[in-house]
Amino acid sequence: MAAAARFFIRGAHSKLHISGVGPGPQSSFASTLLKLSPGSSSRTQRRHAAHFTFQADPEPTQYGPTTKMNLFQSVTSALDHTLANDPTAVIFGEDVAFGGVFRCTVGLRDKYGKDRVFNTPLCEQGIVGFGIGAAVAGATAIAEIQFADYIYPAFDQIVNEAAKYRYRSGNLFDCGSLTIRAPWGCVGHGSLYHSQSPEAFFAHCPGIKVVIPRSPVQAKGLLLSCIADQNPCIFFEPKILYRAAVEQVPVESYTIPLSQAEILQEGSDVTLVAWGTQIHVMREVANMAQEKLGVSCELIDLQTILPWDVETVCKSVVKTGRLLISHEAPITGGFAAEISSTVQEQCFLNLEAPISRVCGYDTPFPHIFEPFYIPDKWKCFDAIKKMINY
Amino acid sequence: MAAAVRSINKMYGVCYNAARQTTGLKASRLLQHRAFRVCGVHRQQPFDSSQERPQFPGASAEYVDQLEFIQPNVISGIPVYRVMDRQGNIINPSQDPQLSKETVLNFYQKMTLLNTMDRILYESQRQGRISFYMTNYGEEGTHIGSAAALDPSDIVFGQYREAGVLMYRGFPLDKFMAQCYANADDLGKGRQMPVHYGSKDLNFVTISSPLATQIPQAAGAAYALKRENMNRAVICYFGEGAASEGDAHAGFNFSATLECPLIFFCRNNGYAISTPTNEQYRGDGIAARGPGYGMLSIRVDGNDVFAVYNATKEARRRAVAENQPFLIEAMTYRIGHHSTSDDSSAYRSVDEVNYWDKQDHPISRLRHYMTARSWWSEDDERSWRKQSRKTVMEAFENAEKRLKPNVELMFTDVYQEMTPNLKKQRESMWRHVKQYKEHYPLDLYEK
Repeated sequence: MAAAARFFIRGAHSKLHISGVGPGPQSSFASTLLKLSPGSSSRTQRRHAAHFTFQADPEPTQYGPTTKMNLFQSVTSALDHTLANDPTAVIFGEDVAFGGVFRCTVGLRDKYGKDRVFNTPLCEQGIVGFGIGAAVAGATAIAEIQFADYIYPAFDQIVNEAAKYRYRSGNLFDCGSLTIRAPWGCVGHGSLYHSQSPEAFFAHCPGIKVVIPRSPVQAKGLLLSCIADQNPCIFFEPKILYRAAVEQVPVESYTIPLSQAEILQEGSDVTLVAWGTQIHVMREVANMAQEKLGVSCELIDLQTILPWDVETVCKSVVKTGRLLISHEAPITGGFAAEISSTVQEQCFLNLEAPISRVCGYDTPFPHIFEPFYIPDKWKCFDAIKKMINY
Repeated sequence: MAAAVRSINKMYGVCYNAARQTTGLKASRLLQHRAFRVCGVHRQQPFDSSQERPQFPGASAEYVDQLEFIQPNVISGIPVYRVMDRQGNIINPSQDPQLSKETVLNFYQKMTLLNTMDRILYESQRQGRISFYMTNYGEEGTHIGSAAALDPSDIVFGQYREAGVLMYRGFPLDKFMAQCYANADDLGKGRQMPVHYGSKDLNFVTISSPLATQIPQAAGAAYALKRENMNRAVICYFGEGAASEGDAHAGFNFSATLECPLIFFCRNNGYAISTPTNEQYRGDGIAARGPGYGMLSIRVDGNDVFAVYNATKEARRRAVAENQPFLIEAMTYRIGHHSTSDDSSAYRSVDEVNYWDKQDHPISRLRHYMTARSWWSEDDERSWRKQSRKTVMEAFENAEKRLKPNVELMFTDVYQEMTPNLKKQRESMWRHVKQYKEHYPLDLYEK
């Protein structure tokens, strides 16, 4: 299944060779995949400008000293804390031993030993099944699926097994100490199988938690919560942010609660809900709406897709009377549908316009058409304009 | 010249290792590959090709200069290990496990008790008293023989036709019945179909219906036990049909590469529901696949409880000592229907079934063995039958009288904690049920 990814790695390397980028600790597959994300200036590989601008949050002060980290480094930091504090914790997946194709596990094997950070055979259903079993036997299992696009071979193990373990056994057995991490979302040129956002497939599955951070600070805090949580969690890491997002991240261990949305910006006219990279798109949209239309937007990062924070979203919509939900995944059956339907049910008397969903189209994720596919700021801006004029 | 070739190979080896050691150097590896090839071209000189050794990292093997495909050997397959013949005579005294009289009697009583329970629960399903059942007819020997060879702390992952393992470990009849009746005493809180047993105390992981999913899970559990370093192993049971699932491939391969103390125990009973084995695979059964994964493998007579015991005992000993997986394929015959939802006469002959039931059955074989030693008489048999039937019937009647679990339990354990969403749905359910209570069987459930 991940054969496609392997092929991609090859391609990435030959590009490296051609453009004369020498090997070094930065020369992983990921660097090439991410080269084209914001910051790339190579003329030969120029693509359209990034569809978002990462905005760092204010430096968090409540968790002690901070240091500059990008998203992949904050993930490593979370994993480092876990291995240090929990002797049962193990990390495994395809190519995690040398540091991972996105550098998320760099140095961990050297620091904690090869029985704790190890490669598995190339088999996603095996990785998740193995992780479930380790968790059942009492270990903290942190499994990596190389791309969210390749999680489907493990769908059966996740949906029929991990999610139902505690329930079906009457709480005799559980795999609550399992966390599955996977790179997620569009990356500029990932095409069909390196761009997907599969959260809605899992949102229909009681028993698991699905979490998506927007930044290095959130990534570390939410990942540590997922690992500590006594339920199987899927943690999707927006891969376009691995290097692009840099901010001050607390050095020590800290957690950010699951199933709690965060209001990033207060507003009074429209509620904007998104998660992952799309939060940064929405931030810009909120500014554009303010500048060009004089519209005050309330921006909410949902963070946890399942079980999601109905209360925070509904409270906001009661106040603003309008709701725009945006995600990269296709619109039909996307998680925006669930939010939209719930809000309509709970805030019917407060809604002043139909709820708007700006999402990916109902097509596979295309290669060369990506700029036209994604729900970028202009599509979102237009939706706000129409909603305000409704 | 051969020396030169070797030294180049050595150099290449050094480069290769160096490349591997440095982080993220897939690209540089590629460069070195190229550099090496260029060198090779420049150094072209006559040399003795018979001295060459393949250097491929993927396998350790010699070159051959004849085109020859490897033939599978399915006519004369992996032999079936047995200890006693169909009359209960030990064939090779060196293989006699020499178990004590009490142990053997215990084997026999557990096998027959399981058989009695099967008959009663099967009938109860026919009468509509439980919704579903699966018997263990003909496979009692595989359960008891293997379970006896394990340590009670070893973790068991099963498929669904291994109730005898639980029986051997002392799972009470009441609990078997409670699960099948899904009454308030069921440890699983009445959530799963009958025969989906589980016991935390007895280290028997709760059964689930999706086939083979437990196989890679067993590998993960075995890995965790290895790190725990407490001399524990994992055993994982599955049928020959389940072995066709992708998860079987995953589990075999993971356990070998990750060096897990694990025994894979395949019950090859000839059928997966209606599908005979010749539609399930074309190789030499399941045992022949083990070596392909680098796994020590054996095939045993599943109707010979001592053969099963010996193989499992040795596999367990070595699995724990050497941290490696073992594969045991126990050849048996599924005498009963696949389940109560199946009529096996639609796809196989009564004669075929009768042969295994009358001529080669694990229970009768062990009885022959005991009779020959005067450990068991007709009288013993009669009184044990009566007694076992009585205890099963008692448990059965108690289970039937018991109320179902509180309906609240539909909502708990989805997550460790009750989510706000679920609390709301639970309240909504109760509001509804109270309003329409005459339409719901409330009096059957605990309050």
